[in-house]
Amino acid sequence: MLSFIIRRTLSIIPTLLGVSIVIFLMLAITPGDPAELLLGERATEETLENMREHLGLNEPLYVQYGMFLKRLIKFDLGETIWTRQKVWDEIKQRYPATIELSVAAMFLSCFFGIILGIISATKQYSWFDYMSMIASLIGVSIPVFWLGLVLMLVFSLYLGWFPMSGRLGVDVDIEIITNFYVLDAILTRNWAGLRDVIWHLTLPAVALSTIPLAIIARMTRSSMLEVLRQDYIKTAKAKGLGQTKVVLKHALRNGLIPVITVIGLQFGIMLGAAILTETVFAWPGVGKWIFDGVVKRDYMVIQGGTMIVASCFVIVNLVVDVLYAVINPRISVK
Amino acid sequence: MIKKIVVLLGIFIFLACGIALADNPKMGGMLVFGRGGDSVGLDPAYETDGNSFMVCDNIFEGLVFYKDESTALEPGLATSWDISTDGKTYTFHLRKGVRFHDGTAFNADAVVFSIGRMMKEPNVKFMGKGWKIPKQERPPEYWQMMEMDGTIGSIEATGEYTVVFKLKRVEAPTLNNLGMDFADMISPTAFTKNPKEFLRNPVGTGPYKFVKWIRDDRIILEKNKDYWDTSGGPYLDKVVFRAIPENSVRFLELKGGNIHICQFPNPADLPLARKDPNLKIISQPGMNIGYLGFGLTKEPWKSNVHLRRAVAHAINRKAIVDNIYHGMGEVARNCIPPTMWGYNTDVPGYKYDPELAKQELAKAGFPEGKGLHELTLWSMPVPRPYNPEGLKVGIAMLGDLAKIGLKARIVSYDWGTYLKRQRDQPSDMDFFQLGWTGDNGDPDNFLAVLFDGLASPSIRTQWKNETYHALMLDGKKTVDQAKRTAIYKKAQQLMYDEVPVIPIAHSTVMWPAVKKVANFKLHPTGSVRLKNVWLK
Repeated sequence: MLSFIIRRTLSIIPTLLGVSIVIFLMLAITPGDPAELLLGERATEETLENMREHLGLNEPLYVQYGMFLKRLIKFDLGETIWTRQKVWDEIKQRYPATIELSVAAMFLSCFFGIILGIISATKQYSWFDYMSMIASLIGVSIPVFWLGLVLMLVFSLYLGWFPMSGRLGVDVDIEIITNFYVLDAILTRNWAGLRDVIWHLTLPAVALSTIPLAIIARMTRSSMLEVLRQDYIKTAKAKGLGQTKVVLKHALRNGLIPVITVIGLQFGIMLGAAILTETVFAWPGVGKWIFDGVVKRDYMVIQGGTMIVASCFVIVNLVVDVLYAVINPRISVK
Repeated sequence: MIKKIVVLLGIFIFLACGIALADNPKMGGMLVFGRGGDSVGLDPAYETDGNSFMVCDNIFEGLVFYKDESTALEPGLATSWDISTDGKTYTFHLRKGVRFHDGTAFNADAVVFSIGRMMKEPNVKFMGKGWKIPKQERPPEYWQMMEMDGTIGSIEATGEYTVVFKLKRVEAPTLNNLGMDFADMISPTAFTKNPKEFLRNPVGTGPYKFVKWIRDDRIILEKNKDYWDTSGGPYLDKVVFRAIPENSVRFLELKGGNIHICQFPNPADLPLARKDPNLKIISQPGMNIGYLGFGLTKEPWKSNVHLRRAVAHAINRKAIVDNIYHGMGEVARNCIPPTMWGYNTDVPGYKYDPELAKQELAKAGFPEGKGLHELTLWSMPVPRPYNPEGLKVGIAMLGDLAKIGLKARIVSYDWGTYLKRQRDQPSDMDFFQLGWTGDNGDPDNFLAVLFDGLASPSIRTQWKNETYHALMLDGKKTVDQAKRTAIYKKAQQLMYDEVPVIPIAHSTVMWPAVKKVANFKLHPTGSVRLKNVWLK
């Protein structure tokens, strides 16, 4: 198992190298000049030239790539073009926000998705099954952007139950240690702050969770249906075991394997692509930051941000692979 | 009778008290300003975006201030100034008793440092020990764009509170330039302590002090209790600039009372704001111009004034302003805003007249558009303050051009490519949309910077007219404002006659705010000044 984990961890290196090459090539073929965008209508030839020189944009692309790799070996992601800050510092401030939101959304998706899936599978063709599957179809189809606005209108503006946007109330202060606000509030025993953070986290997490929740529910249902038809389930039932025990102890363990794959993929996607949710809820996360980097052609943000997101994606998948073995010992890690 | 007089007197006293109370500034409270994005940095010398400047406006101050709602100048950190008769020496007398937020005294050396650090080759002289000017991390963009290296020769502190600027050439807009954000005074102590980090920990003399910045979320400022100007604000205890990228969410936050001012709402939300009893709309004519340019480096546009005039009369600009600007603007007659000194009210503006346009087209040698290839109309891909929806404006123009027989199609690129290719004046560009938001309230900042193609190949319109060029040079060298007004009026008439571009519109800035916000005024330069704002 240990050698498997080491091997998979090392495989991150060629993956990231591939990602970096693809990104560089994409940047090379994409038109647009960061210096021009930075200076806008006011730019003169002289200021543009000075800016390009300063940013190292006059170098050929392969030289820029070489410089990037050289820095990467030293774990230095360079400085952003627009904000003139270390890319790593910018990520450290933003990524915890995205992770916190994704974990909360994933928790909701898994909890409700798996429960819905199991009940639908055990009560196939019942009204509950039909209703939950229609609901999950709607969940997959609703654009997050629209859902976010509706949630805000109903639960914030009319009912006043939740705040509309942001991570923290303007009149609330918490001591920032890790940038994971939930953790920071707990570490500093700031319970009022913790309540406010969770309060702010709820609506964006609900909005972000709808699509994965629907996918997980449908996947759990179909996987469980397949497992429930297997002979060993019939045997278990024949032994006289209760329905709950059969489903939760015998069927679920097998049924969860494909679901975990989906969970891993969905979680990986969330870690880098929660752009819409982050934009609607003014959530200062990494997705919106990378998107802005693309719009502004901030190569340093795009490269650094994508590297980190890709690393996390690979790590999440590694964890999923390890979980396979834990959940089902029949799958040996080779 | 006496009874009536007493009652009337009572009513009068009651109303007078009410008015006095309503207008009385109230101390304290926290104002939350909702805006579309975060600041890039907070070092005024190195920033180029409005979201950075609006925070800097409250932390820093310059030697001269723009007055409320105008670009006329008034004393700032300099109480007065003398300009030599040859127009090349500016002596500033500084305000005494001012301190930066970190306790550093504001004096002539601080001015020498603040301005000197932007010079390419600093030619400065301190009065006292002074500070070593650190190497520039990157080019100070605004300093360069306003060509300050070509203007300022040296800066010298000749007394503790006296600074002398020696100019290399006479440049009439110099004082106005010094009112811009890039020329703000910074604490040399704070800057030299860590030049790289200054943009995250700004220290100025302004009414509010920097407290905290959570990236992409909020910037918090607090009241500067030791502010030098005791005649007015700051009244608020705290100011929070919140970044809420989505326009409709920002407006919902305003409706919910969670923010006090909403920057750049969707035009469609403005009628809702008008109906809401808790909201009001604050507006200000923008110091901007959106125009349609021609590919003037090639024929037929270069030398065929009738053709250019035909296009000018063909486009229904009022319909564009009414329907695409949603009425938030006015049709432009000249290429400087009407609120600016030097505006020529005698210029009639091009009236919408397709018949006249057809006649001009015939005079141009292209009756009913015959002989012209399919034209390209470059439309801006991004909303700008002077043109909210470039593509829609372009489509409207296509329809107007078709009415006089001109066939055209829309061309658009991403913003960076658009700007870059437009600068190259490619052969496949017949018309292009562009515009400008003024920096310093001087007509030179519009008329010379945008249209004097003989001054530099960087001028985007590339209109090369000897008479116009001579007028622009005259305008720069003349210090007397009355004489300059005459020069710029003549220039506007010449533009009207020669049609190097078609001025489309000046947009109006409209921001909804909660009624609690008192005394907030939008500034033509886009500055957000909260010194005299209070919450009722």
